[in-house]
Amino acid sequence: MSATPAATGIPSSRRLADRLGDRLLSATTLVASLAAIVVIVLVIYKLIDGASTSISTFGLGFLWHSTWNPASSAGVANANVFGAGLLIYGTVATSAIALLIAVPLGIAIGVYLSLLAPGGIGAVISPLVELLAAIPSVILGLWGILILAPVMHSTIEPALHDVLGFIPIFGTPSPTGLGVFTAGVVLAIMVLPIIASISRDLFLSVPRELKDGALALGATRWEMIRGVVLDSTRPGLVAATILGLSRAIGEAIAVTQLIGAGSVLSGSLFNNGDSLASRLAEQVTSPQSSQQLAALFYCAVVLLAMELVVNLTAQMIVRHFERRQGVLH
Amino acid sequence: MSVPLDPARPLTATGGNLRRRRRVDQTVRGIATLAALVAVAILVIVIVTVASNGASQLSISFLTKDPTGVLGAAGGGIASAIVGSAMIVAVATAMALPLGVLIAIYLTEFSKPRTARPIRLALDLLNGLPSIVIAVFVFGLLVEGHQQTGFAASFALAIIMVPLIARTTQEMLRLVPQELRDASHALGISRWRTIVGIVLPSALGGILTGMVLAVARAAGETAPMLLLSSIFGVGTTINIFGTALPNIPYIIFSDSESGFPSDHARAWGAALVLIAFILVGNLTARAMLARQRRRIMSR
Repeated sequence: MSATPAATGIPSSRRLADRLGDRLLSATTLVASLAAIVVIVLVIYKLIDGASTSISTFGLGFLWHSTWNPASSAGVANANVFGAGLLIYGTVATSAIALLIAVPLGIAIGVYLSLLAPGGIGAVISPLVELLAAIPSVILGLWGILILAPVMHSTIEPALHDVLGFIPIFGTPSPTGLGVFTAGVVLAIMVLPIIASISRDLFLSVPRELKDGALALGATRWEMIRGVVLDSTRPGLVAATILGLSRAIGEAIAVTQLIGAGSVLSGSLFNNGDSLASRLAEQVTSPQSSQQLAALFYCAVVLLAMELVVNLTAQMIVRHFERRQGVLH
Repeated sequence: MSVPLDPARPLTATGGNLRRRRRVDQTVRGIATLAALVAVAILVIVIVTVASNGASQLSISFLTKDPTGVLGAAGGGIASAIVGSAMIVAVATAMALPLGVLIAIYLTEFSKPRTARPIRLALDLLNGLPSIVIAVFVFGLLVEGHQQTGFAASFALAIIMVPLIARTTQEMLRLVPQELRDASHALGISRWRTIVGIVLPSALGGILTGMVLAVARAAGETAPMLLLSSIFGVGTTINIFGTALPNIPYIIFSDSESGFPSDHARAWGAALVLIAFILVGNLTARAMLARQRRRIMSR
């Protein structure tokens, strides 16, 4: 430590460059990191700012009223009265359908990949499931319109209507195959790889001794899975579901292509509807009035709020889970 | 776990019970296997439909000609959209790559836990933002009151890409052994020279992988295109700051909603081009990632 600059042979100009370089690099990286925070804050500010006139006009009633009446000229009854009730219903209904299909299926895939699949097969299927997540939503939407919707119209919706038609949500099949239900089914395809890969990783993280212990006690594979694996990863599975929900709520493109852009609230899932995200995709570029644009920004604020709540909940669960696991080991 | 252990009962299960347990076990295993097959089947069905419908469209002229611009007419290609998509994604990458890498360097090399937390939170929240919300934000910031530009779309894509690039880069930087940094420090080499000269080069392959994945993701993003770069002419242009650029995702979107069979055909063709690009990107990234991990770990 007593080495002088002369002894180490490092010229003082180099030491100056070193010190400056350290400062410069740490400052640049800090600025870049702060930029991420600035962007998030700016997104929230800009959306609320754009929505402000709509927020002050309609208040919280916007959330349950479902009039959506854009008008470029005055004099029309209810002109420029907006509410997102129908859209929130569409977002919730499509996401619920997606989760109802994707959560059980995704967890089953996770079980297969982490506990049942023979090594070689698992190593092939795992990346395939992840590739499903890489397919852009616009292509799933295209496939949904031209391939899935006709099948929905001719086969699946009539079958569901025949069997479960006594429940009002399974009303008469839609004439085109487009509607809330079809949108939900395609959303399920998008959510599935998220839930499958998270639950696979969760199940792999369960300590081997616990699994072997259960098997050694004479439990069958399924009893081991139910009692040890599923039980110990439950919070993680909830978090995975919430992350899937986050994906489903925010999907605009495929939903726009498949939901049929309806404007009437309907009990049947086979009818047209609309969601927050898809209404944004349809109308932001061509609003008829500044009030309509403000109402659309209000929709974006609602969507943003839903996403932030959902994401923060998932993170809290994960953090809680990690802490608990830390105690366990 | 759900049945409490009764010490009085014999440890061996009785015959009927055992058979029932085995049946349940086999049923559940069958269901799980079936579920995995369903996922693979969906992937295969989607890719095969796109490939079989798109292949008949694919030709040299489809890739090198501009659209005819005549409503519902057959013929013409998607050259302008390929060029436009490439421009938009390239500019987005040029913005997102340095930013994402710098953030990752800060988080792994400089930050303390207390300063890292809000930045990680911001990255997670950015990652969780739906692309349509980012698109509406950029619409309000750059397009409202002005006009659509390809750059606005690039800007939105960059916001989507930054958290992805930051995350993979962070993972790769963490894989670089601490001893490498310590050895460098012990030789009296300053921090920034260590990072620029030793840490980053070791992780370079992984950073490029992250970039490829982010590019593959950005290339398919449609919501930003719809709001920020959807009103364009038919010709090829690279004037990214002046006008909206034609792009592949928007072509697929608008043609999918059209009633003309010729538009559907073009949508399938464009979808095949896009999906091929994305799958190749993903598979390359996957291969690179596996190699990179092995290389760093074996040091």
